[in-house]
Amino acid sequence: MEWLNAILQGTLLGGLYALFAAGLSLIFGVMRLVNIAHGDLIVLAAYLGLVISAGLGIHPLLALVLVVPAMAGIGYALQRGILNRTMGDDILPPLLVTFGLSVIIQNGLLMGFSADPQKLQAGALETASLSAGGLTIGVLPLLMFVTAVAVIAGLQWMFYRTALGRAFRATSDRQDVAQLMGLNRAHVFALAMALSLAVTGIAGVFLGIRTSFDPSIGGSRLIFGFEAVIIGGLGNLWGTLAGGVILGVAQAVGGQIHPSLQLLAGHLVFLLILAIRPRGLFPKMEG
Amino acid sequence: MPDPVLSLNRLDARYGDFQALYGVTAHVNEGEVVAIIGANGAGKTTLMRSIAGLIRNAPEAIAWKGQPIGRLRADQVAALGIALVPEGRLLFPSLSVEENLIIGGQLGRRGPWNLGRVYELFPILKERRNQQSTSLSGGQQQMVAIGRALMSNPELILMDEISLGLAPVIIKQIYDALPGIVGQGMAAVIVEQDIAKALSVTARVYCLQEGRVSLEGRSDTVSRDEISRAYFGM
Repeated sequence: MEWLNAILQGTLLGGLYALFAAGLSLIFGVMRLVNIAHGDLIVLAAYLGLVISAGLGIHPLLALVLVVPAMAGIGYALQRGILNRTMGDDILPPLLVTFGLSVIIQNGLLMGFSADPQKLQAGALETASLSAGGLTIGVLPLLMFVTAVAVIAGLQWMFYRTALGRAFRATSDRQDVAQLMGLNRAHVFALAMALSLAVTGIAGVFLGIRTSFDPSIGGSRLIFGFEAVIIGGLGNLWGTLAGGVILGVAQAVGGQIHPSLQLLAGHLVFLLILAIRPRGLFPKMEG
Repeated sequence: MPDPVLSLNRLDARYGDFQALYGVTAHVNEGEVVAIIGANGAGKTTLMRSIAGLIRNAPEAIAWKGQPIGRLRADQVAALGIALVPEGRLLFPSLSVEENLIIGGQLGRRGPWNLGRVYELFPILKERRNQQSTSLSGGQQQMVAIGRALMSNPELILMDEISLGLAPVIIKQIYDALPGIVGQGMAAVIVEQDIAKALSVTARVYCLQEGRVSLEGRSDTVSRDEISRAYFGM
């Protein structure tokens, strides 16, 4: 039963990792951009949630109503203002620029909020739980998981069923021909980044409710996100959810064996999958 | 003489350091069908990509209805009503046949062309509409590429080597559809390797040789000798 419980908790935790990863997966799929600042943007969203929920005295989940559009706006401006200038055949400039951005965000948060750990106060939600058949499920992890599934399903629907998704896929396929269709690449890319950071806004607020955070933790969130994306297969959104769950379960089972093994077990499973299936478990079909 | 819709004024185009076009001057009148011929590497595709905005040029080098458009991006040029059927078809592999057509019409320009009209022109595409575009035969893919360009209801359609790599019977099928496309006042520039074919469907012809216009004339009166001199420079 302990093991079953560990697997269950790991699965639910995987939802949060999938939320970390979905935005990464989306922008990589659309524009082959690897955003090194992604983890720090998650932390930025958590601080944004802190400022808004404390400032207005509202529940952090209600603060999402403001955090998500704010992050989307930041994403659009960031892509249009800075990142589009780095896009080209060479993948190095966007890597370097987002790395620089990561440093700037971390230090900006340090200046504004100090290195003290912060937490979003979600009240009774944090400890509420459901019991079924000897297993106990926290309402918060369950909510995170359900949200992750809903976000992935929503992104998937957007990608394959809407005009915006068509524009994303076309631009991803052939940027110059998409331009011939009247799609301004700079705008399409900025919309993709806006969507990516909107998801990051949700991820950041959940992160802040679940654990305490400080300006330095972005890096490891980036790693979890990356691992989930790579395990699932680049550019495959449902694969990203599966990747998050595999990572979460590996960590929970590792932690069950010995608490010190928790993070290591996740990384080991990631390395194992990378060694056996370098393109991930569910690589996107190539056209 | 009618005013040209498109005019090229001493267009120099480059790919990085390599200059592909030297002082190309040409024009297309309203509703006119013009052929561009020339050997491989003469600059035909560069010319098409320059007009479409995929290669940026000096603003005044390309004019659309008197307005300089040489510096515009491809999406801005497309919005003006210039559509390119690119060499090699270049469909979107992640999109179904129908999605390829729909995205061609996403600018929402008004006009006679819509999904139904494209399916009338190429009925086979209706049968294949939910397939991946890359699963079609070459000829069918070319039909999608042409349909995709038509969906934007262009006033000028640029067709770059639409018969490349296709069987003669398919080429005939596509060219038979051409009058139904340009018959309604749409101007067209057709780049074609098959000179006889190019001359038979166009009113005027330009020949390019090493990036320069080596011949300009009426398609029905230009002689074989003139063409071979212009083509090979001999």
